[in-house]
Formats: sequence, C-alpha cells, structure tokens
Amino acid sequence: MIDYDLSIKHAPDEGGHFGEYGGRFAAETLMQPLKEIEDAFFSAWADPSFHEERLDLLKNYVGRATPLYHAKQLTAEVGGAQIYLKREDLNHTGAHKVNNTIGQALLARRMGKKKVIAETGAGQHGVATATVAAMFNMQCDIYMGREDIRRQAPNVFRMKLLGANVIPVDSGNATLKDAVNEALRVWVASCEDTYYIFGTAAGPHPFPLMVRQFHTVIGQEARKQCLEQAGRLPDVAVACVGGGSNAMGLLHPMWDDEEVRLVAVEAGGHGLNSGEHAASLAKGKPGIIHGSLSYVLADNEGQISADAHSISAGLDYPGVGPELAFMMKQGRLDLDSATDDEALEAFQILTKAEGIIPALESSHALAAGMRIAATMEQDQVVLINLSGRGDKDLGTVMDLLGFDDEGKS
Amino acid sequence: MSKRLAEVFARCEAENRSALVGYLTAGDPSVETSEKLMLGLAEHIDIIEIGLPFSDPMADGPVIQAASERALAAGTHFDDVLHIAMRIREKYPNIGIVLMGYANVPYTIGFEAFAQRASAVGVDGVLLVDIPAEESALCADIFKQHDLSQIMLLAPTSTEERIQLAADAGDGFIYYVSLAGITGAEMGEVAKIKDKLSLIRQYSKLPICVGFGVKTTEQAADLASFADGVVVGSYFVSQITSNTNAEDVIVDNLSTSASALASAMYKAI
Ligand SMILES: Cc1ncc(COP(=O)(O)O)c(C=O)c1O
Repeated sequence: MIDYDLSIKHAPDEGGHFGEYGGRFAAETLMQPLKEIEDAFFSAWADPSFHEERLDLLKNYVGRATPLYHAKQLTAEVGGAQIYLKREDLNHTGAHKVNNTIGQALLARRMGKKKVIAETGAGQHGVATATVAAMFNMQCDIYMGREDIRRQAPNVFRMKLLGANVIPVDSGNATLKDAVNEALRVWVASCEDTYYIFGTAAGPHPFPLMVRQFHTVIGQEARKQCLEQAGRLPDVAVACVGGGSNAMGLLHPMWDDEEVRLVAVEAGGHGLNSGEHAASLAKGKPGIIHGSLSYVLADNEGQISADAHSISAGLDYPGVGPELAFMMKQGRLDLDSATDDEALEAFQILTKAEGIIPALESSHALAAGMRIAATMEQDQVVLINLSGRGDKDLGTVMDLLGFDDEGKS
Repeated sequence: MSKRLAEVFARCEAENRSALVGYLTAGDPSVETSEKLMLGLAEHIDIIEIGLPFSDPMADGPVIQAASERALAAGTHFDDVLHIAMRIREKYPNIGIVLMGYANVPYTIGFEAFAQRASAVGVDGVLLVDIPAEESALCADIFKQHDLSQIMLLAPTSTEERIQLAADAGDGFIYYVSLAGITGAEMGEVAKIKDKLSLIRQYSKLPICVGFGVKTTEQAADLASFADGVVVGSYFVSQITSNTNAEDVIVDNLSTSASALASAMYKAI
C-alpha cells in the first residue's frame, strides 16, 4: 500500500466554488444538512483514525492498490504509445465507485445516520452503496430510472441481494438525472436520519470536493506505479466522464504535473452533432442543475435536455462536475469523446486483445485513449482509467452484437 | 422592497387578515387555459405566484411536477409566462405578482433580460427555489435595479445563522416552508411553525408567509392567526389535474376554494 497524500489540493473557496463553478444551489431545507456533511467531512479528513479505517477497508475489503497493467497486446494492435490500464475494474464490486461509498458510509456512521440513500445510473454506484450499507448494517434505498433498471438488470438483482430497496423512477426520461431529482426529494423529507451518498463529483458543495478526495487514491497510485513501471509519468492520462468521479480520481493528482496531458472523454452517443449524446462540456453551456453551477445540456430557456443519450447508463447524464468545467476553462483539461459505436468497438478490441472485459463507460476512455496512442511514439505512455468491468453490460452488448445458440457472435 | 408587495401586506393588516398567496404553474394545462385559470384565481387572492415550468423540479411533489410536465408539453415559453403576468397586471392593478421557479431558467435566459422583461410587465418579486442567500450575489443587484423583490425561503432546518442570512438577502416577504419536505406533502405541525416564526421575527421585519401542504380552511385559519400570509399551491394545482378539460368548471372550483380560504383568514380580534 502506498503512502497516500492526505492534503487537499486545489481546494474550492469556502462556499465550494471552483472559480465561477460549483457552489451550493440547493433548496433552503437542504442547506443546513449539507453544511453538516461539510463539517463532518472536514473534521473526519483531519482525523488520522478516519483515514486509518478508510485505508484499511480500501486495502483489505476493496483490494487496493489496484494494479497498473501494461497492455502490451493492445499496444501492439494500436501501434503507437505504450498503453497502461489502471485496473479499477478489479476493485470489489467491479468499479471505482466503491472508493467513494466507503468514505461516505464512514462519514454517515460518524454522523450517526442509520439509513443511506443513493441514485444510480449504471447501477455501479447503487451496488457499491448497497454493499457498504450491508457491511455497516445500514438501511439502504436506491433510486434508479426505470429505463436504467431495464438496461442494467444484473446490477438491480445484485442490489436486491445485498438487501437494498431499488425504487424505480418514472419521471422525465427515467434515467440518471431523474433518479438524482427523486433522491433529492426524498432526502429533503428525511435528512434528519438519512445520509445521501451522492455518487459522482457533482452536486452541491461539499460533494464535488469530497467525492474527488475519496477517489484520488486512483491517481496517486497510478502516478507512482507508472513511475516504477515505465520510469516516467504518462504523456497522456485519459478517463471517461459521466459526472466526473473516476476522471477526477485519476487526473486530479496529476494536475500539477504539467508534462502530463489530461483528457476527459465524454459520451458521444450517436455523434456530437446528432443532438443525442451526453457531452455536457463539449456541447453544453453553463447552467445550474442538481445543486451546482457547471456545464449542462439545456435549451435556450434552461430546460434540461431530454435527448441526452449514451449507450452506457453511467455516462447518460446532461450535467457534469463543476471542477471539470473549471479545469477545462483553465486550459488544464482537454476534451475528447467517443460515440456509442466507437465504445462498442473498443469494448471488443480490449476483450479479445487482453482478455479483459471493460464496462461500456470505460470503453469510451479506451476508444479515445487508443485513438490518441495511435498518433504517438512507441517510447511514449498513455494511461487509461479502466473504471469498471463489463459484466453488467453483457446483456446490452449481446442485444447489439447479436448472439446465436452456438455461441458465435 | 417592491412598493406593491408592501401595500398588499399593509392593506391586509388594515383589514385584519392574512394575505392569501396562490400558486399555479404557467402554461398548465395549456397557455390559453392557464391564462384564464390564473385570471379567475387572481380575483380572490392577494398575491399570485406564477410558476415557471421547469424540466427538473427537484423540490416539488408529484402534483406540481406533473403541472410542469403538462406546461412544457404544451410548449410554454418565457414569453407566455410574461404574457400571462401582463394580463393579470392589466386586470388587477393591486395584486402582488411573483415569479417562482428554479435557477436554471433565469440563469440561461440571462438574469438581466429576465429581470428587465419581468419588471416591464408588472412583476413584483422573484422566488428561486435553488438560489439560497449564499448564491444570491448572482442576481441580487440586477433584481434590485429592476425593482424586483428577491423572496427568500426559510425552513424548519434553518438555523439562526441562516435566518440572519435570509433576512439580509431577502426582500418582499419571507416564505416559510412549513415542513422539511417537498410541495404537496402534509402540512407541518402548527405549534412548531408558530415557534419558528417568532424566532424569524427576531431577525427580520419582513412579512412572513407560510406554505407547503395547506389545503383546508382550518389550516388556513390556524396559520392566519400568526402569519402575515398563507401560500396555497398543490391544492389549487390539483384542481387542474382532476378536471383536465372543463375549463369553466376549474375556474369555478378555484374561485370557490380561494374565497373559502380567504374568508377563513380574518384574525380574531
Ligand atoms: C464503470 C463506470 N465508469 C464510469 C462511470 C461514470 O461516472 P463518473 O464520471 O462519476 O466516473 C460509471 C457510472 O456509473 C461507471 O459505472
């Protein structure tokens, strides 16, 4: 286990603003509960016993540090820079999400809350929340759009097995943003005894900061592992972006390494000009949704887009974390995107080349990472965050690729 | 503060009663019908809150969520909201008019354009659910320049520190949310609401209106005994839900229920 840096780098201002983005745009009823979470977070973060327990769980329960894998077969196939994969798919529960749910569940327990709620899109955050709730013996309700329940059936079953209630959300598009709305509504009425484990680096302060902090283990490990294995820092670090938690986790610790190019890959859906994508940073504009000022996909009068789309439920979100907007505006974050088709192709390439089945979300980072690597020299390094494994997506992929009884696709 | 809102509360006080504040979502169930319903309701109330429909009404229960959905499906735009406000102003020169909604609508339109246009048609105040005092710097000066009162919410979870913030940032009146919950839930306990209002009055001289969950004349009478105004939202909106087609019937029902509520709100002497 590495010696993690527990300082808080590039902190927002007192109100949670990263430059002009972020803040706490919440209903009055939630302002005090959010302040209580903020206070609890800062007090926990300053308490060595909190980290002792958190890091012990990350090591012995989650299986950290996750490996950094030099994907030589994939590198040969792409023909360019050396590709290294940060294996968040090997975490317990199969994605990076658990880094955050462990941290927030510990916080909920410190605050004396007996019940947790969460929203989920792909179901990975829901599973990671249900998992820690089972371990900490907390009651757990997960809000999930009905459309996502259909797309991610295996994860719904996992959450139920873990003892969580999965509550379908029918409003709006019945996807992730609607699940967030519903969880917020429920939380307003129950904040006294209930903790809301927000699943990505978005939402009102302190969630963007806190979720980022809980995930920086990813980038801190990857940075050190890359130095050890490749003898240098990566030239490019790549992560997919839904709300931004795995991206901030990988990229934030390399903010000050000026030689590393940081790339955020958004969901290109049917193409950036199709109107059906989830590229909030590339194609959206500043706006206020779910408690913070950031980039959103919305019309001229601020109605949030009903056409946001991605093949992957975890990226199908019309907003994005405020710190990513800030980093983009600062020129410290480059944008890229991958379409549904490109992600599906990358999914198959990695599976066949390396025997690793990636999540469809992570396949977006792969698609862009491979495209970038192909333009680079062999002595250069591209680091890609493999944020999760693809088991949950097998149904979706099977439907898209077709599958016959003889097992040939 | 907006002169007209101040006059509304002064008039109610002189008549020894609380102000009745009514909410409907603009464009629900269609722009045309909505205009008629609002004009009908406006006759019986002191302040009308015109809801700006929003795709993601995070603080609203099912009744007002559905109203927003109907309004957007009917193609309601900000122009239509302004038109309705203008018609109300023409017909009722003394009523208070408040636009209520979520931050992203005025933010995207641009606070300056939003405020200028709202003020031009006779709007008196703006209440944005997700702009608390801490974030009100985004729009406070602009609203002030256009003589629009920025109405702040307070809730059962608001601490004294937060009450102070709202007292400093707010104008027009304070909207006290009767319960920790979303619109349309059951009203909070009267004794607790009363205690919180006494606390708020130590920090602010603004009139205080209480809303969320008010449905009956008994509730209105209870609140009117100590609040400066009572806000009724989901109860009025639900009359649209249950009568989607019969416009005149809805107007009649709104009028009947609004006058019943209003007459329950005279204070005992
Ligand atoms: C495997 C995986 N990667 C990425 C994401 C996207 O979320 P974020 O941008 O917060 O990392 C998700 C969300 O569900 C996910 O499950």
